[in-house]
Formats: sequence, C-alpha cells, structure tokens
Amino acid sequence: MTVTSISIVNGRLIDPANNIDEVTDIHISQGEILAIGEKPSGFEAAQIIDASDKVVCPGLIDLSARLREPGLEYKATIGSETRAAAKAGITTLICPPDTDPVIDSPAVMELIRRKAKQSGYARVLCTAAISKKLEGKELSEMAELAEAGCVGVSNAYKPLGNTLIERRALEYASTFGIKVFLKAEDRHLRNDGCIHEGIIASRLGLPGFPEAAETVAVARDITLAESTGASLHFQRLSTAKSVNKINRARHDGIALSMDVAAHQLHLTEMDTDGFNTACHVDPPLRTLRDREALRQAVAKGDIQAICSDHQPHEPDAKEHPFPDSEPGISALETLLPLTLKLVQEKVMSLPDALHRLTAGPAEIAGLPYGRLNAGSSADICIFDPQAHWILNEDNLLSQGKNTPFINWEFTGQVTHTLFEGRITYSLDNES
Amino acid sequence: MKPTEFMQEQAIVDLIDGMATELKTRLQQSQITDPVMIGIHTGGVWVAKQLHHNLQIAEELGTLNISFYRDDFSRIGLNPQVEPSNIPFQVENRHIILVDDVLQTGRTIRAAMNEIFDFGRPASIILATLIEKDGRELPIVADVVGMKPTLKEGDYISLTGPSPLTLVIGKPS
Amino acid sequence: MMKGNRQTNSKGQLKHFLSIDGLKRDLLVEILDNAQSFTSLATQGRSVKKVPLLRGKTITNLFFENSTRTRTTFELAAKRLSADVLNLNISTSATSKGESLLDTLHNLEAMYCDMFVVRHASSGAAHFIAKHCAPHISVINAGDGSHSHPTQAMLDMLTIRQHKGDFTPLRVAIVGDILHSRVARSQILALNTLGVSEVRVIGPRTLLPYDARSLGVHVYHDLIAGISDVDVIIMLRLQKERMSGALLPSEAEYFNLYGLTEEKLQHAKDDVIVMHPGPINRGVEMDSAVADGEHSVILEQVSNGIAVRMAIMSMCLGAQQDIDLEVSA
Repeated sequence: MTVTSISIVNGRLIDPANNIDEVTDIHISQGEILAIGEKPSGFEAAQIIDASDKVVCPGLIDLSARLREPGLEYKATIGSETRAAAKAGITTLICPPDTDPVIDSPAVMELIRRKAKQSGYARVLCTAAISKKLEGKELSEMAELAEAGCVGVSNAYKPLGNTLIERRALEYASTFGIKVFLKAEDRHLRNDGCIHEGIIASRLGLPGFPEAAETVAVARDITLAESTGASLHFQRLSTAKSVNKINRARHDGIALSMDVAAHQLHLTEMDTDGFNTACHVDPPLRTLRDREALRQAVAKGDIQAICSDHQPHEPDAKEHPFPDSEPGISALETLLPLTLKLVQEKVMSLPDALHRLTAGPAEIAGLPYGRLNAGSSADICIFDPQAHWILNEDNLLSQGKNTPFINWEFTGQVTHTLFEGRITYSLDNES
Repeated sequence: MKPTEFMQEQAIVDLIDGMATELKTRLQQSQITDPVMIGIHTGGVWVAKQLHHNLQIAEELGTLNISFYRDDFSRIGLNPQVEPSNIPFQVENRHIILVDDVLQTGRTIRAAMNEIFDFGRPASIILATLIEKDGRELPIVADVVGMKPTLKEGDYISLTGPSPLTLVIGKPS
Repeated sequence: MMKGNRQTNSKGQLKHFLSIDGLKRDLLVEILDNAQSFTSLATQGRSVKKVPLLRGKTITNLFFENSTRTRTTFELAAKRLSADVLNLNISTSATSKGESLLDTLHNLEAMYCDMFVVRHASSGAAHFIAKHCAPHISVINAGDGSHSHPTQAMLDMLTIRQHKGDFTPLRVAIVGDILHSRVARSQILALNTLGVSEVRVIGPRTLLPYDARSLGVHVYHDLIAGISDVDVIIMLRLQKERMSGALLPSEAEYFNLYGLTEEKLQHAKDDVIVMHPGPINRGVEMDSAVADGEHSVILEQVSNGIAVRMAIMSMCLGAQQDIDLEVSA
C-alpha cells in the first residue's frame, strides 16, 4: 500500500534554496509537497514521521554517478545503485554518457529512464555524449538529445580529438543553449600517468602526471568558452590553480561553474602510499595545498556542487598492481557523510554544506529539484546529525565495494528518504 | 646463573697433549703416515692448532665453517661472523683427522662430514674431540676423546678462548 | 614506509625482499655479512661448488619482463644453494592472452613451490604478489616498473663495502636517468639507511623525478660539480627510448655532458670507484678507458650479485622454516 499523505514533524528543516533553517513541519500529498509549517485545513496524514532532533532537507542531487547500465552490469546496475542512492539520501542522479552503448541517442536515454522508473528508488537523468560514440571526432545529435531531456552534454573522461573539434562542439552546443560538462585534461601531458606527479610518485616510481595536465586544459577551455559563448561546467577539479583560474574568469564575466568530488576534499596523494589501489582515482588525489584550496572554494561557494563521482567496480578491477588497476571509488553512500565531515571540521556551516548537495547542483544542471517549495516533487532526505556509525562492506548497499572509506567513522546518518512522496528508504526497516 | 669455570688452560693443554699421544698410537696402528687435519670453527680450531703442532703435520691446518651444512640454520642463523671454510689441500684420498671441542648430539660432525665430502672423497676420517658429552642423537662415535666429564642434567659445557683456553659449564638461560 | 606489507616476520627475520624501504640498518648489514661469507664459496677449491642449505626447496623465476642477465644470476644463486629452479617467462604466454596477474599466480601455486622471484613492468607488482600469494611463499623482487630493484642495490652496497669499509664518510654520486630507474631508487634508500655522508643525483631535469630532494639526495645538473670529491660514482644505463620520448636529444650530447672519461674522473677522489648495474653502453655512459680502467669495479658487481642473492634467498627461506617450527610446537 503506497501511502500518499505524509507529515514530517518536528524536524529542523534546512532548505538552502529558499533560505529556510528552522524547526517546522512539512506535509506531503500525491507525490508533491503540499505545505510547510501548519498543515492545511482538511489534510489528514496517513503517516506521520517524527523527525525530532533530525534534519529534514531536500533529497540530494548527485551531479555524477555511474550506474554502469547499459553494458557494464557486472560492475553494477541501475537497480542496485539507485537502491544504494536511496539509502544515501540521494533522490536525483545524473549519469555520465560512458555507458555501453554510449548515451548518444534518445533510445539509450529512454532505456535508462525506464529502468530507473521500474526500480522506483530515484530519478536518473543524464549528460549525453558530446561526440558520437564518445570518440571525440564527430558531433553528436545534441539538439535531439537535449529535446529528449538530457541535462547537458559531456565527453565523460575521454579527451576531445583536438582544440578545433572542441571549439566546434562548444559552438554547436551554445547554439541551442546546451550546457557543456567538461573534465579538463590535456591528454598529452597526462601521458600514461596514473597518479599525481609529486613526492609519492617519485618515491614509488609510479608514472605521474602534473597539475599542469589539468590547468593547461582549464586555461584552454576557459578561452574557448569565452570565444564561443558556450555555458561551461568544469567537472571534478583537483588543483588549487584551476580554481584560481576559473574564479578570475568568472570575475571577468564568463559563464562557468565547477564541481568537486567529495573524496578530493578529504584525501591526498599521501593516501595512495603503499600502492593503495582503493585511492586510485581520476583525477588523482593531489597535495594538501590543493585539498585546502578546494575546501576553501567549496566553503565560499566558488565551487557550487559536491558530487560523489560514483564509480562502482567489480572486485577484480582493483586487484592489480596500481598502474594496472581501474580508477574510481564507489561513492554514493559517502557523499553526505563526507560533506557533513566538512561541517564537523568547521570548514563551513551545515546549511552551506547542504546547499552544495541540493540547490547548488540543481542550479548547475538547470533542474527544478533540490528545494522544498509547495508544489515541488516531494524528494526529501531526513538524517540524524548525531548518529555515529562505521562504514563496512556489510552496510555498503552499492554493488561496488571499492572504497577507501571502509572502517571510517562517520557522524550523521540518513534515517528516511522520500522520492516523489514515497518512502524509498527507512533505517528502521533495513534488514 | 653465571657459567662457572670448570677447567683452566694448563689442564686443558695437558688434556690435548694426551689426545695427541693417543692419536699417534692410532695412526701407527692403522699405518697412516701422512694424515691431514681439519678443525671445526671455532673451538675445534683452537684444539686442532695444538694437535696439528704436536703431530707435526706437514700440510697447513684446514678449518671448517659448517653454517651452510647445519640442519637447523634457520634457528641459529648463518653466523656470518665466523671465518669461511678454508681447506688448503686436496681432500681426495687423504686420511683426515677431524677435530672438534665438544661432541654431544653429533649433528655438527654430520654437517662437517657432508661438507668435507663436497671437497672430495677422503680415504678415511678419524674423529678427535676434547669433550664428549651424553646426548647423542645420531650414530656418531669419537675415535679419540680428551675427557668425558660427569655433568648435572641440563648443564652445558663449552670451550672459550683462544687465550686463555677455558672450559666453562653452566645452565642454559 | 610500506604499510600493510610486512617484509619481516614477527622475529624481525626477512620473509619477503620487496624493497629497501622500511628495512632497518642492522638487517641490511646482516645481508651484507651473509653475502660476504657466500663470496668465499667460489674460491674454496671445492669439487662440489654447492651448499645444501636450500635442498628440496623450489624457487620459481616469474619474469613478466624479459631479462636473461638477472634471471641467470638468480638461477645460479638458487642452484648453488641446491634448490630446484623453475623458469617462467610469462611475457610470452598467459598474460598476453589476457589472463590476470592474480589468476596466473593462483595457477602457479597449484604447483607447490617455496619462493617466487618476480620481475614485472608495473611498479608495485612485487608487493601485489606478496600480498596475494599463499602464506608459506616468499617473494623476492627482481625489479618492478620504476619502483624498486633491491637485490641490485644490495650487491652494489656489498661492492662499496668491500672497497671502502665504513659507509659513514662516503659521498656517492648516481648519474643518469634517475626518473625511470628502480635501481637508483633502491640505491638511494640503501645508502641513506646505511648512513653515508651524502648522496648526489646528477642529470638533466628531464631525467630527474619531481622534487628529487624529497628522496634524500642533493641534486646536480653539472657532472663535474656533482662528482667533485666523491668516493663512489654509480652510472645508470641510458635506455634508447629516452631519445624518442623527447627526454634527451641524442646519445652524443648525453656523453658530452654526463659521460665519464678518465679526464673527468680526475675531479673525484683519487681512489674513487666507478660502478654500473650493466650492461654498459660504451661511449654513452662511459668510454672504454673508464669501463676497463683501474677505478672500475663493474665485474666485481657481477660476482657479488650471485653471493647477495644467495644470502637473501637463504635468509627468507630460513625464516620460513622458523614459522613452521613454531606452528608444530
């Protein structure tokens, strides 16, 4: 029996989009938010959730989560990962185009949307491929893809063929007002590097690539964005210098936004010591200085969104010598905990932190979610900010167990998640 | 418990002289005219030096470091401080007097014989030991023994030196 | 410090030999002492040049990267200890068919053996194998990517000790492609652990790692300045790929700037020794006069290589026995 009328009472409601931070109630009916505060006359909730001492916020929006379906189901599926997302308080996921087949046609987008709807745990949107088959050579049918509902276009983590192709792709996208999501990387400077070119690479004799591999590309992409008028979003920044460049460009009026992966705000190259493949990520973990600069940028709002960069893998992918292992962390279930850690470490306030997971990503992706207005989709996350818990392989719901945060202690745990007015996760009911 | 002195140098020298006399008799009986001598590091070499001089053996004294032939090298280690083996003569077809300080389990002698055979095939080996102690674990017999002292159960005996040569007994720690 | 991959057992005895990183000075000295005692085996006038220390043990050479020289010395060392040797050149078979390293490993364990000697193109491969192989097996790193070649470093240390005795007052210069050199990384660690006075690296910026000083060395780009007053010069081999990788213009320019000649050697100490892990590119790293000259100890490095590997193999497999004994008691 699906309950259609719910009241969540006594919770601390934090909705950064609308500047709300107060203890109050919220009432839901037929999948939408009916009212905040007093319940409307004539409304009787079939279920009441007592959120005393808990935080009630919009369901989280994750700008990048790889669900591996279609094509890589041995790593994970839309079903398994959206279920994990629900446990993590995430109600909207944006999936990058590097599935198999690549998301370069409305048919693939439709397949993904349908699978997500079947599971019913979360909303799955996507960034579509900017080039056919993500080969970086020919343009994809961007207009048609935008019409089919993609949030923007992206080359995932594959480099575009050359600067001329990049320029044309940005020009074409900007014709239709389509946002371009780019990972800034110069593939020649990248060479065959698998780790930050720093003291750990020097000591372990691992092929490294310098921060210039990112900053050179950032400079190039900023210039092209300016000359083409494209709206550009920088994905997964890893260096202090990139943030500085982008800030200066925005100051000069160029339309740019940035996001960062949650793990980049906590880990550094030192965590890869001992050939720790769990910390093999792309872009790589860099220096303490970079981490501090990224934290400051997130605190100030220069970086408006923290995403998970979720990349679940089968166990074998990490069971190789470091350079031969696959990069990526299974990260949905640590998105909120790692963000809350920033609050605990006094990097930023709780409302600001939640902004980077709700209103911030919503604005970047142009979505009407991540807010608690009357009439909005009832996507809600309720969490206990005092609950202590330890992450381990048993309580990790994702099919991918590849995370360096196993055995980390966290404070703050999701107790309920609602998606379109339905309870998709409840801590009490977890078997 | 500190090891206690059991016998002092002069008495030991006398003991070794006695061994030399017994050896001469045996060699005569077996009609061996030009034996060579090998001492086992470290105590056996000290004893062998005196015997070698006493018997006036022409070839230089050979010395054996049996570390690489022990059956229990993992517990004792490779003992690299000890001099490496040095056999400055051909082993093939020679009569060898093998000299050690203390014969107990017999494992040292087995290792020494294995090592000697890796140098060549001797005509015979005569075993001379300063001290014989109970506790044989292998069928090894000494041909010439300096002394077989009666010791308390569990006590060890060892030769310290090279100067002054002293026999000490004690309990293992 | 390598975490989570213990090279020594609870008694501090060597079980794996993967990297100089994390090994204490006393252990390195013990390896040198044991190796020195093995050097005498060649000169003892034995008819049987073996010792029975590792009789009945099987040592498998797992070479994912081709190397006849290194593999031969490991094979000789194992045989002189009376061990049985299995040679597997995996570069030409399984993994080129796509079999994962882990699968190859598990298949090999089905054929019972006591020790893997591993050479692989990826940094960290030896640690990976040690982490995943059956607990009774010892792993020796014969070179992994650009990370570590610890047996080479130890034979170099033995050669230095034979000529110089005490490590403490020594100035040692390492010349060439440090960036790609697993030999250099291991040598730097060993020299610093053994307490030398100064380690210098000399080369153009393209061949030096990021922030080389963080490795515990002084950096020089000028050969003459770098070898002034040094006691030991170690020349590294220059691979031909460096020219095509835009790291160096030509062998000729390299020789002009960084090649050793008798004239340049004058700047070092009078009793300087010149070393090279081999094989030498004559006319690139040094000219023939130096390679064959009175300062060169290159041939001694080769014979020391067998003794050092014998020492390390015995120590690792000896410690193994110890664990078995503990279990049965």
